[in-house]
Amino acid sequence: MSAVIEEHHGEHHDHKPTGIGRWLFSTNHKDIGTMYLWFSFTMLFVGGALALVIRAELFEPGLQFVEPELFNQMTTLHGLIMVFGVIMPAFVGLANWMVPMMIGAPDMALPRMNNWSFWLLPGAFGLLIASLVMSLMGMGSAPNFGWTFYAPLSTTYGPASTDFFIFSVHMMGISSIMGAINIIATIINMRAPGMTYMKMPIFVWTWFITAYLLIAVMPVLAGVVTMMLFDRHFGTSFFNAAGGGDPVLFQHVFWFFGHPEVYIMILPSFGIISQVVPTFSRKKIFGYSSMVYATSSIAFLSFIVWAHHMFTTGMPVATELFFMYATMLIAVPTGVKVFNWVSTMWRGSLSFETPMLFAIAFIFLFTIGGFTGLMLSIVPADFQYQDTYFVVAHFHYVLVSGALFGIFAAVYFWLPKWTGNMYDEKLGKLHFWLSTISVNILFFPMHFLGLAGMPRRIPDYNLQFAEFNALASVGAFIFGFTQLILLYNIVKTIRGRNTVKATGKVWEGSEGLEWTLPSPAPFHSFSTPPVVK
Amino acid sequence: MSATIRVASFISLMLVSMQSWAEYQLNMRPGVTSFSQGAYGIHTMVMWICVGIGIIVFGAMIYSIIMHRKSRGAVAAKFDDNLTVELLWTIIPFIILAFMAVPATRVLLAMEDTSNSDMSIKITGYQWKWHYDYLAEDISFFSNLATPVEQTQNKATKDNNYLLEVDNPVVVPVNTKVRLLLTSNDVIHSWWMPAFAVKKDAIPGFINESWFETDKVGTYRGQCAELCGKNHGFMPIVVKVVSADDYQAWVAGKKQLAAAAAESATKTWTRDELIEHGKTVYATNCAACHQVSGEGIPNVFPALKGSAIATGPAAKHIDIVTHGKTGTAMQAFGTQLNDADLAAVITYERNAWGNNMGDVVQPADIKAAR
Repeated sequence: MSAVIEEHHGEHHDHKPTGIGRWLFSTNHKDIGTMYLWFSFTMLFVGGALALVIRAELFEPGLQFVEPELFNQMTTLHGLIMVFGVIMPAFVGLANWMVPMMIGAPDMALPRMNNWSFWLLPGAFGLLIASLVMSLMGMGSAPNFGWTFYAPLSTTYGPASTDFFIFSVHMMGISSIMGAINIIATIINMRAPGMTYMKMPIFVWTWFITAYLLIAVMPVLAGVVTMMLFDRHFGTSFFNAAGGGDPVLFQHVFWFFGHPEVYIMILPSFGIISQVVPTFSRKKIFGYSSMVYATSSIAFLSFIVWAHHMFTTGMPVATELFFMYATMLIAVPTGVKVFNWVSTMWRGSLSFETPMLFAIAFIFLFTIGGFTGLMLSIVPADFQYQDTYFVVAHFHYVLVSGALFGIFAAVYFWLPKWTGNMYDEKLGKLHFWLSTISVNILFFPMHFLGLAGMPRRIPDYNLQFAEFNALASVGAFIFGFTQLILLYNIVKTIRGRNTVKATGKVWEGSEGLEWTLPSPAPFHSFSTPPVVK
Repeated sequence: MSATIRVASFISLMLVSMQSWAEYQLNMRPGVTSFSQGAYGIHTMVMWICVGIGIIVFGAMIYSIIMHRKSRGAVAAKFDDNLTVELLWTIIPFIILAFMAVPATRVLLAMEDTSNSDMSIKITGYQWKWHYDYLAEDISFFSNLATPVEQTQNKATKDNNYLLEVDNPVVVPVNTKVRLLLTSNDVIHSWWMPAFAVKKDAIPGFINESWFETDKVGTYRGQCAELCGKNHGFMPIVVKVVSADDYQAWVAGKKQLAAAAAESATKTWTRDELIEHGKTVYATNCAACHQVSGEGIPNVFPALKGSAIATGPAAKHIDIVTHGKTGTAMQAFGTQLNDADLAAVITYERNAWGNNMGDVVQPADIKAAR
């Protein structure tokens, strides 16, 4: 009898659905992970195109390409698409692919929910992008109040498409919450025998903590957009002072979501860097347990610092002091992580394949973003930085050369495992150098612009800001078009012509369960759980 | 094209001479108030501490990248933990942070102390202009962008104060503690004067406080810092700090102007006078949305050229301009403009762009309709 079951199981193992149904009804963690990653990559080009419209308009003083009304729609959709459509789905895609393989599981714990989590996203972004298409066709305005959608600009004064936006955010939120539940369920229940929590790879740890953050704050975002919906259509006045509400309440609720969200967008990248750096240093990660504790501390602190986004709203001075001190504290665990990465490299045996290059750039550039973050926490100085290009420079350093570079590192790192083929190292290096140089041409001058006094979210500016804006725009176009090299390299690797076959281990210094599987990884990962010693 | 040349010349200049740095503002300006200088001092201190830490951390990384490469035959060491260094690099940053927090707290407490002020100005944000109300002097006025639209549309050369010029600047005496009371008529704005290190949100329904005092006479320029809709980039702030005597003269002049305006609201104007004055009022208050051409922006801001209201009965036209239209961006200009301005702009709208109604609205008509 057991032989029969065994045989049946073997058959099932190779069964791979074909055609569109394979993707539409997929419950396979790898296929869903692939869809997440392609979705994210597509949105990177959409959001990037909007950024290039912004940078084209800001290349010179004066209005050239877009009217102020359309400019605001560009900044709004650029922010929303990059945050919710690029960084978050890319991380979920990586978690889908890698978490089961890294903990020795056959698949995610909740495969059908996994399918739904993904398929909500095209709907959500279809709706959001539809509002922009309608705007371009002359049918009213797309959301134009910034990705932070402060009331009452987004409520009393919001365009009709605000309701599209609200519904779209609800769908993204449901998708994220389900994805997070799935990752937590998988990590708690499906680890291989012997893999205790303190043996989990750091990437799994960072995603474990990120998933809890998502469950904690996505409902808060859902709450704030629902309050907006009620203010707009059902006569409530949560954010309307004339009806007894408070516009600043909006900001408190939004940033209670928004600040943990910032860490949701960086912790998985911390995890990626903690996988890549030891591999190419041929040395174990330095201070594994302090990495875990530092990540947990950052997650905890993220809940008590939200009002540092609101220092100019006129809070009591004691509140300002509390949020300043709490925010400064985040520098401690973040510093620990950076010091640990550097110590991992210290006296290692380093080689510089593309994933390692992106990881090293991440450590340099993310740290610069961290420094400006510390500067922003100092309230008296923050009054001068708030809502200027200094802030724009800060968060693009942590999100582009931080989160996005982490994702790039991950893609190069695991692509041979996914496809069974090595990517083109020369093109990878070209992509790295062009990206790293142009990202600095793009964002470094923004520090100067902000300090000199240029507010963010303006379509036109005084002549004193002309040179650095032009320079940033040049960097933006190089950075944008450089990403086509990545697209080409990925497609080439997947097609597998003229590529080198990858071994199971792929990298000389690989450690961990995912490298014990053959490359490409089989459709179902671990049918029999491996034993971790 | 000119920008490309500028960038090229800028980069070459930077390479040739460090003197060129003076031309391009790289750093925060120290400003002219005690706490703008305090903020600048803390900014400078924290920045240099960051640079110092950066040199240590990046230096260690670069050393490792050069010396510990596999291609140089480096063999990986076996260590992967050390409690002492972990404790050290937790505790030392903590001490550095405490060192930064002390002066930051001191400057912040001074900034937030609005007591014992010599005068108060109430500032109200509007989409997209500022309104100033001198509480003790009975002076109040709107301050609009004064940069001609031709410069924005690249049809005229941009001058040095491009987008940072207003029709009515705020004037305050030197060495006077000026308390600011900030609120808004519509969405959230933020009143930012970099030279004073004052940035405070103007929030509808609430009043925020801030203050400044400077001993430097001069003209200072700033901008709205919180996204407030379409023309967020076009509502600058100009403050003129003058001597006590000049301030008194300015107050007297403003009061005379107010008296003249009150008089003009009772007289009967000729059609040409109304149209001429109306054109100016229109450019300042209406053209941002309805455009200079009167054609509006399709589906966003309605056209006035040939519109039902501008070519219909005058009473309805007066009503919408005076009382606004709830739920839209159309504000109640009755609270912003005097009878003469309203009469002039309505007359202008009814007779411009081919709206040849030929009729005339007098200040008395507005007064009756209020």
